[in-house]
Amino acid sequence: MSDVTIPPSDSLAVLEKQRSTAETFGIPLAVLLEITHRCPLQCPYCSNPVELDRSAKELTTDEWKKVLSELAEIGVLQVHFSGGEPTARKDLVELVKHASDTGLYTNLITSAVLLTREKLSDLADAGLCHVQISFQGIEEGLADRVAGYKGGHRKKLEVAKWTRELDLPLTVNAVMHRQNLHQLPDIIQMALDLDADRLEVANVQYYGWALKNRAALMPTVAQLDECTRLVEEARERLKGRLTIDYVVPDYYALRPKKCMGGWGRQFFNISPAGRVLPCHAAESITGLDFLSVRSNHSIAWIWQNSEAFNRYRGTGWMKEPCKSCEFREIDFGGCRCQAFALTGDAANTDPACALSPLHETIFKQAEAEAEGETSRFLYRNFAGGTLEPENDA
Amino acid sequence: MAGPRNISVSEASRPVLPRHAKLRYDETRKVWVILAPERVLAPDEIAVEVLQLCNGERNVGDVADQLAAKYAAPREAILADVIAMLQDLADKGFLTEIREKTS
Repeated sequence: MSDVTIPPSDSLAVLEKQRSTAETFGIPLAVLLEITHRCPLQCPYCSNPVELDRSAKELTTDEWKKVLSELAEIGVLQVHFSGGEPTARKDLVELVKHASDTGLYTNLITSAVLLTREKLSDLADAGLCHVQISFQGIEEGLADRVAGYKGGHRKKLEVAKWTRELDLPLTVNAVMHRQNLHQLPDIIQMALDLDADRLEVANVQYYGWALKNRAALMPTVAQLDECTRLVEEARERLKGRLTIDYVVPDYYALRPKKCMGGWGRQFFNISPAGRVLPCHAAESITGLDFLSVRSNHSIAWIWQNSEAFNRYRGTGWMKEPCKSCEFREIDFGGCRCQAFALTGDAANTDPACALSPLHETIFKQAEAEAEGETSRFLYRNFAGGTLEPENDA
Repeated sequence: MAGPRNISVSEASRPVLPRHAKLRYDETRKVWVILAPERVLAPDEIAVEVLQLCNGERNVGDVADQLAAKYAAPREAILADVIAMLQDLADKGFLTEIREKTS
């Protein structure tokens, strides 16, 4: 009998968490494709680099198709079409179709504001498996102000409705920070009202644009505690109805996050210009040479052998206090981009870690900024950012 | 619209994977996987067998009958295991069921 027993917890293990997969640096299960940096929104916490790729540098339709075929061939199972705003590319339907034809599971990560019902329907017909729509708040006053785009919130609600009408599963992505955390209970309700399957409560991570806007975005410790309490309560209440993924801001943590599952271990993304990156913020680290799919190397070769991917892999690159730390293979010293942004050296311990000599300073600074008066945004754009008019903030 | 969610799996239910959860054999890793939004699940051998039988026509009782015959094992134990596995998948949001039209 024992050979047919099904232990509920083990029979459906989440593949990413299997240790063996990570340790061999096997090809990641999912890859993020930032097919363009163009976007009509100007969110001050945009995860794109401050130096955006111009459209002239973007990979062509044929180049992206070649990338998709190559990814499927080497064992990638899922691709996320992201940006910028992926629907800003006119060939998105063609790319989704090509990805589906090669057997890839396709996600669309979108702001939704450029979509028409017809376009969404074409994407569904092309085999799109899942739609993720970002929301900046619960009502258009705040949401449109954060996005720097009038009418955006209303359009997002409409597209979310079309998504479900077309029988596509919906994830609501809510990026949270000091100026909208009070809306979290209503955001959870909004996700239910929109018939979403999944909600991402993603606190802003402070690199790039968000780091420039940290003083306007950093939550207070009390806000964050309340946020965690609300998420835990909602997860219990909505089990089986709404999956909630939760990302906390790590400035207030004692232990750093295992960023990207460790550098070059489980994840890579491809930038609009075709560079293969260990994370979407990696280009903020200067002095690393990220190879492009336009180079004469295969994607698998870049993943396995390129200098940039191997630089911070494993533990050999570590300095103290990481080097002798008992957690070094648990969190891999936190986030390399954050270490670089806050200390100037990506090989330093991420200051989010309590063992970093800078932790106390960073924590105090975040706390002070959270209590501060600054609420004006520096909007993200190709011009290097535009400060919000004072009377709008 | 998509099939119902928040389902409670019983002997009479006719469960089926929803459109956004795809059962597939991964040639590279030589394992079966369930592809879902932001998740890749690794169902074990029996879970794969159960899910392949869940075609929207068979109910859970039929599935248990087939497995009990195949493995010459007590039906009641199999049924309990199958329900537990499917309920776990349902709780994760990756299972729906076919219901008779009421109108």
